[in-house]
Amino acid sequence: MSQSIVGVDVGGTFTDLFLYDAAARSFRTAKVPSQRGNESAGFMQGLGVLGAIDSFGAIVHGTTVGTNSLLERRGSRIGVITTRGFRDVLEMRRRDRRQTWGLWGDFTPIADRDMRLEVDERTLADGSIRTAVDVDAVRAAAETLRQRGAEALAIIFINAYANTENERLALAAARAVWPNEHISASHEVLPEIREFERASTTALNAYLQPVVGNYLAKLEGALAQNNFHGTFHIVQSNGGVMSTRTARRLPVRTALSGPAAGVIAAAAIARACGQDNIITADLGGTSFDVSVVAGGKASLAAQTVIDFGMVIRTPMIEITTIGAGGGSIASVDRGGLLQVGPESAGSVPGPACYGQGNDRPTLTDAHVVLGRINAARPIGGKLAQLDLEAATRAILTHVGAPLQLDVMQAAEAIVRVADARMAGAIRLVSVERGHDPAKFAAMPFGGGGALHVGALIKDIGLKCAVVPRFPGVTSALGCVIADLRHDQVQTVNLMADGLDVAALDARMMAAGEEARAVVAAAGIVVERIDVVFELDMHYLGQTHTVAVPLPVTLAPGGTGISEAAIRAAFDVAYAAAFGRLLPGIPVRIVSLRTAAIGRRPAFDLSAFAPGADASLEKAAKGVRPVWFEGAWHETKVWSRLDLPGGTVIEGPAVLEQPDATIFIDPGLRGRVDDLGNVIVERIA
Amino acid sequence: MRALDPVTLAVLNGRLVQIADEMDATLFRSAFNPIIAEAHDACHGLYHAETGATLVQGTSGLPIFVGAMAFAVKAVIDKVAERGGLAAGDTYLFNDPYDGGTHLNDFRLVRPVMRDGKVFAWLASVGHWLDVGGNVPGNFNAKATESFQEGFRIPPVKLISGGVFQQDIADILAANSRLPQSNWGDLNGQLNALGLGEQRVHALLDEYGDDTVAAAMSALSARAEALMRANIAALPDGTYSYDDFLDNDGVTDTPLRIALDMTIRGDTMKLDFSRSAPPCQGPLNIARSTAVACCYVALKHLFIDVPANAGCLAPIEFVIPDTTLLGVSAPKPVGGYTETILRVIDTVFGAFAKAAPERANGSPYATINALSLAGWRQDARRWVMFCFFGGGLGGNPEGDGLNHGNNPISTATIPPAEILESLYPVMFTQWALRPDSAGPGRHRGGLGAIYEIEALNESDTDVFLLGERGKFPPFGVNGGKSAALNRFVYQTDAGERTPPLVSKVTDVRIKRGQRIRLETPGGGGFGDPMTREPARVARDFGFGYVSRVAAQRDYGVALRDDGTVDESRTAALRGGAKL
Repeated sequence: MSQSIVGVDVGGTFTDLFLYDAAARSFRTAKVPSQRGNESAGFMQGLGVLGAIDSFGAIVHGTTVGTNSLLERRGSRIGVITTRGFRDVLEMRRRDRRQTWGLWGDFTPIADRDMRLEVDERTLADGSIRTAVDVDAVRAAAETLRQRGAEALAIIFINAYANTENERLALAAARAVWPNEHISASHEVLPEIREFERASTTALNAYLQPVVGNYLAKLEGALAQNNFHGTFHIVQSNGGVMSTRTARRLPVRTALSGPAAGVIAAAAIARACGQDNIITADLGGTSFDVSVVAGGKASLAAQTVIDFGMVIRTPMIEITTIGAGGGSIASVDRGGLLQVGPESAGSVPGPACYGQGNDRPTLTDAHVVLGRINAARPIGGKLAQLDLEAATRAILTHVGAPLQLDVMQAAEAIVRVADARMAGAIRLVSVERGHDPAKFAAMPFGGGGALHVGALIKDIGLKCAVVPRFPGVTSALGCVIADLRHDQVQTVNLMADGLDVAALDARMMAAGEEARAVVAAAGIVVERIDVVFELDMHYLGQTHTVAVPLPVTLAPGGTGISEAAIRAAFDVAYAAAFGRLLPGIPVRIVSLRTAAIGRRPAFDLSAFAPGADASLEKAAKGVRPVWFEGAWHETKVWSRLDLPGGTVIEGPAVLEQPDATIFIDPGLRGRVDDLGNVIVERIA
Repeated sequence: MRALDPVTLAVLNGRLVQIADEMDATLFRSAFNPIIAEAHDACHGLYHAETGATLVQGTSGLPIFVGAMAFAVKAVIDKVAERGGLAAGDTYLFNDPYDGGTHLNDFRLVRPVMRDGKVFAWLASVGHWLDVGGNVPGNFNAKATESFQEGFRIPPVKLISGGVFQQDIADILAANSRLPQSNWGDLNGQLNALGLGEQRVHALLDEYGDDTVAAAMSALSARAEALMRANIAALPDGTYSYDDFLDNDGVTDTPLRIALDMTIRGDTMKLDFSRSAPPCQGPLNIARSTAVACCYVALKHLFIDVPANAGCLAPIEFVIPDTTLLGVSAPKPVGGYTETILRVIDTVFGAFAKAAPERANGSPYATINALSLAGWRQDARRWVMFCFFGGGLGGNPEGDGLNHGNNPISTATIPPAEILESLYPVMFTQWALRPDSAGPGRHRGGLGAIYEIEALNESDTDVFLLGERGKFPPFGVNGGKSAALNRFVYQTDAGERTPPLVSKVTDVRIKRGQRIRLETPGGGGFGDPMTREPARVARDFGFGYVSRVAAQRDYGVALRDDGTVDESRTAALRGGAKL
């Protein structure tokens, strides 16, 4: 079979593709417009651009179908069966409200109250069954919900994490009468304590099952029609790859599929060029997404809030988002303060310079006016020309006039305020995790991030910035690079003192084997499968936990875990997270987390190295005026992809490529490394 | 001082808020006790060198502290003026509720930012410590008649003096709490936050210059004042009065009046509470600073665009006589202050609704229902479960109120039932929305909740509750109606009982297998319920939010057997009212 592997990232505006041929050590990229609501069309069109579909060995897909269904509330109609007395958990949430200030705004759960039915059953916190489940009532409830139009079913019983028996019996009873495979039971989706988080995750899983299932079926059908005989996989929110079979069963794990792939690629690129600590900076149309990669590892968050009251608890690459993207609107508020975002013109109608009906200024408009973005050669290839005049008018009217600034001052002010917001986001994510920003490099991806790296270096005191060779296709590259991964969690609630080590070891072995089997069955070649364990632990009385990685793995005859090793690992993790240990207070193990990771063969990034034909002469594109520090400056422009390795370019300079623009501020320089990255750093 | 360009102002605004945010993040990460770590019952900010006025406040701190902290810093400034001897790094510690607000659990740390030997500004940190002594673990003592029964009181003292941490003071704190380790962890977290804030402020001053930052601070304060004045000026001139009541003070069964006369004149506002009840015997009193702080919270909920700094209080005159329960001093008990400030906030909402009915929201459920269940396990260990409960928010111009939200003074979430069941010998038999609890309206209130709990412990379970709204329901606005009352029921061998003081309970004990049930209020309605779309009433009936009887009685909507609207009977019921 062919050794070529294709990564496909379907975003809101563009579908990006990256093909890597391991045998030839060559790659190709493609970019086609996405078709909202018909994502598979863009997907197939993009593949066609790359080459003959039947020649590909493997396809790995980062998808936003799940994300968009959640954000736009386009999931299926679901029914929910719960323990008597608890049908409102989904609607009551954790007793929160939308915002700190202001008491307006209500909440519509994804399942209306008449689509949530209760049955007699009860398990206690210690796992004992107080009331056996009434399976006849379960069948009747399923039947009623089906008649009311439910396409998918969620079964969520209280304390099902402690004993799955009642839920398993209910699941079997419901399966016998349910017309399709779209049933989610909470013990299968998330056997973890906290009923709202488990209910929300399970219900959202059911909500996505028909949508994601249909989408994958459509893609698989189209691939088969094109005689594709390779493997087809999906990227999960945890940055790992899974089979389409698992994706159908647990579609909620695709919620952050695309962005997670981007972070995985960024981490790999950073490792290859010797940077273990980076902060990724993805500047999109409406948002600025930041993620921390410390010691070469992407940070995982245990849960994510998709929207108010819509919580997904499953390990995800931790991405912090602020509403400051290229389409963010600049305005002057009633108190006379300049604001950029969070209101956004998005990609439709987009910035004023797109000429698609928006006449309020955006960050992108400011870049166009300042000459940083080349109005004659917009990135992405969707538009032929940007409307400089419209951008100028918008800035003058909405920012210049109220603040009594001329258009250039106003444009510079917009960029400065946006820089400050981005710097703020980075400062906060690094400080919240106890990192010193001075030890981190920024890695911008997406089309616009590289315009801001200079300011980020200066404002935050970052070490440097690494601009990847192809910032616009980072997520598609991540699909090709990502390992296989399967995460499981199980609440155990055990005291660390006097622990029944043999029992815990047996649970770890069982969980480890189960997770490993999922990865082994996924059908992609891996070099090896690593199984890693983590415990969520705390001092008795605390409600928050720390993640405690255990120094053991699956081995014949047991993991070799001991009470002392757990205790030592807890002390290290707790001290790192909170500084001070609290001797004398009993320690409890809340949950066991298990991950099986199928390591893919290392991707050789030297494929990106500038070619032998690269030269300064070829790269030099003359000069153009760019506004900075309050004046126009004739600034050298370079074709980035034609710069040879080892080139050093002192700022001010503009580096252009089809999918991104880099601006190197005065006082900084850009250095092209052996892998084709541009390292932006201070001039010593 | 030179005039600031708009870019620098916008950038410094972000940088200053971020310093406070980073201080919040530092404490949340390193605090031991879940009330800070999970419920974020803490706050950080930067305060004016001479007046203590709030300059900048973190965005994630607890709303009620935003207004209270300025008083705390002022208390320290007064102490320094009296005693002198302030040096860089000196850090004051105190919890005196009469000198900086709230209750004894809230410990404040205040430290100067010194530049060239002078105070440039103050940094402060406040956090809720789990236990500060007193008669009741956790300090919500519904029967306290003196502050001394609620816990120990510390006036502003120098915890760090001349660079030396005063261990003697820490020893005194430790000796007076049931949970000294928890408090010690929180204290260290707060010191970490101050240390980080100090470092960040100095870096900012070094980068931009003291004058520029000072100029930005005054400009931001002026901007907050301008925004507040613009909001006030948009209201018609006049005096708008609203009276609401607390059920009782936990000792005597007499309602307590909270009365507000709000006068709008041009771009100024006067909030006069003179007609309120005199100080009470039980713990429902508050200090003047707390009263001001909660008015600030109410106004911030109404005028969302006004930033959190002292400028916004400049156009407001407060009249809070010390002859009322809103202006008490030591040793009047204040441990139930949460209920009183919620009622004060309601009166601001009520008076505002008279001035601008079309922009008002119905009253939120506005009671915290601090419930403790306690007993002894078979192995003789003590157990105490402590929790606050949720209710509905008010209907508003935009739509129905939120079902099961948190109170306006807080952003805290409720612990999951599964966590409570795993830690304590209890079983929830119901955790549900409460039908017919919402105040009817064109936009009805959000629904309150029903929590029913069965005691599983072998030996008896003691029940403590400090709640309100058992006799005076959350009100509607603009023609909207009141929500349901708070209700507490417990089982005895002789059947179900309700306590004499409705939601204040100290002497109830239940046996294994017996249950208690708390039914919380919804929010008040907005607009005449007779104008609510009949289809929405039918939907509410279909969802079980509203009963058939209430649909007819409260909304004038007649429903057929299948739950659809009977148009002709509805028209008759509404007497020709417009649909």
